[in-house]
Amino acid sequence: MSNVLIVGELKDGELKKISREITSAGRKIADSIGGKVVALLIGSGVEKHAPELAAVGADTIITVNSGEYNAETYSNLVAEVIKAQNPAVVLLPHTSQGKDYSPRVAVKANAGIVADVVGFSVDGGKVVAKKPIYSGKAYANFKVNSPIQIFTVRPNSQEITQKAGAGAVEAASPAAGDAKVKIVSTDLSGGSKVQLTEASIIVSGGRGIKGPENWPILQELADTLGAALGASRAAVDAGWISHSHQVGQTGKTVSPNCYIACGISGAIQHLAGMGSSKYIVAINKDGDAPIFKVATYGIVGDLFEVVPAVTAEFKKVLG
Amino acid sequence: MKIIVLVKQVPDTETSIKVGDKSINETGIKWIISPYDEFAIEEGIRLREKHGGEVIAVSLGPDRVVEALRTAYAMGADRAVHIKVDNYVPFDTNNTAELIASFAKAENADVIIGGRQSIDTDSSQVVVQVAELLSIPHVAFAVNLEINGTAVKATKEVEGGTQTIETSTPVALTAQKGLNEPRYPSLKGIMTAKKKPVETKSTADLGSPVSKIEVVGLEPPPPRIPGRKLEAADANAFAAQLVKALREEAKVI
Repeated sequence: MSNVLIVGELKDGELKKISREITSAGRKIADSIGGKVVALLIGSGVEKHAPELAAVGADTIITVNSGEYNAETYSNLVAEVIKAQNPAVVLLPHTSQGKDYSPRVAVKANAGIVADVVGFSVDGGKVVAKKPIYSGKAYANFKVNSPIQIFTVRPNSQEITQKAGAGAVEAASPAAGDAKVKIVSTDLSGGSKVQLTEASIIVSGGRGIKGPENWPILQELADTLGAALGASRAAVDAGWISHSHQVGQTGKTVSPNCYIACGISGAIQHLAGMGSSKYIVAINKDGDAPIFKVATYGIVGDLFEVVPAVTAEFKKVLG
Repeated sequence: MKIIVLVKQVPDTETSIKVGDKSINETGIKWIISPYDEFAIEEGIRLREKHGGEVIAVSLGPDRVVEALRTAYAMGADRAVHIKVDNYVPFDTNNTAELIASFAKAENADVIIGGRQSIDTDSSQVVVQVAELLSIPHVAFAVNLEINGTAVKATKEVEGGTQTIETSTPVALTAQKGLNEPRYPSLKGIMTAKKKPVETKSTADLGSPVSKIEVVGLEPPPPRIPGRKLEAADANAFAAQLVKALREEAKVI
């Protein structure tokens, strides 16, 4: 079979955007290789999300009822579905969760895997996957030569295209097996309101914000835009904000549509984490700061004056 | 306690990369240990200091990776093993994991620890693949680790926060920033590291896995949308221009 299996991801009972992104990408691949798009959703009450995936190209939505996420049992479920469906191509999200379980899936399916893919084409019936390497200083194209080709896909890298699939829902009950890891507790108090790695807009602050008391200035802009709050290493190492907000080499790699860098000079390690952002706005007092070399729109000015003015202007136009 | 630490040698972030047909031009590249692997080395040494045993630093690649192993020695590793792969496909995580799993199995390791990702390929695959190949539990993105006997308690970063888990050794972990503060190699460590032996394993020793990945080609990054500095008299004028550009030109907001 030349089917494409995509594994959706949910957060707080809602379908994540990456699920629609990889379904759209899967649809294009399936149309090229002459197969169907099979989407897999694992969780509780997940069948209600089937129409959303059908609208972006899923022919079949397989639902598996399951409790709390655990990498071992989850990878067993995905691998069992792969075994039953025997797809040519499997697309998984390159999210925190995807990075946690996808390596196990690849081993169980005896399949080659290319991770953190941002683009796809098809050559001779095989997928050619493109991914940034060396902090985005080069791009590499790969083929996977095992019968099953697995790819993890970077959030925000795939366009969502409306193309209706059949959307037939099938329930399955694969064996979950046992997990050797027991989850004792989960603490979600320290994270940002909008997930950084999947946000389409990020407002980020660096040394130029001068102290933790000034985050509300950026947070207000972020809230106005429905954006995630990011930070440079300088701001994290100064203790102004938790590491979960850090963008860059020892933080998160992000690819939003719009990255607004406030008071960030743009060290190469920071650029490594956000350089693939589609549009970059830099607001910085120092006109020679390296961030201006990558910025689509640069404002040489005082962020304490410019950012509130930008927030006010957006509030005006966004109503 | 036998601890295997995975050390990957990568180009320094500040090094410029020249793209060749199927690999990069290595002339003039400064090589470093991938930053997250430094957290892994540090954690391995701390475990040894607390529980005894040995830390085995393992690196896969051509001869130059021995330099990374010398640094691991200088930080305090007890043994260093070079898995020598000359025709190295640095992107094939399956192969890398199979070779490391084969080595770890022969050593009967209690703990296998590596960085959460390498900064050259950002795949986040190898350590967890090793765990799967060995049928042992894993903890990805560990920010805290306590081991008592065979009992493992760890805190890992998850989306939006942290999670505390319990499992048992043998276990594989990926180190996230925050797990520890890596030490600098001491001068004495650097001097003695030069004389210490580095064991070599060939792919034949470890099972010669067949690559499932093929590099079709490398290319330079796509050109960026050309940028410009906005010109305005005051903050309000800047704001008006920026909002107009983002909404009407870029159409991203």
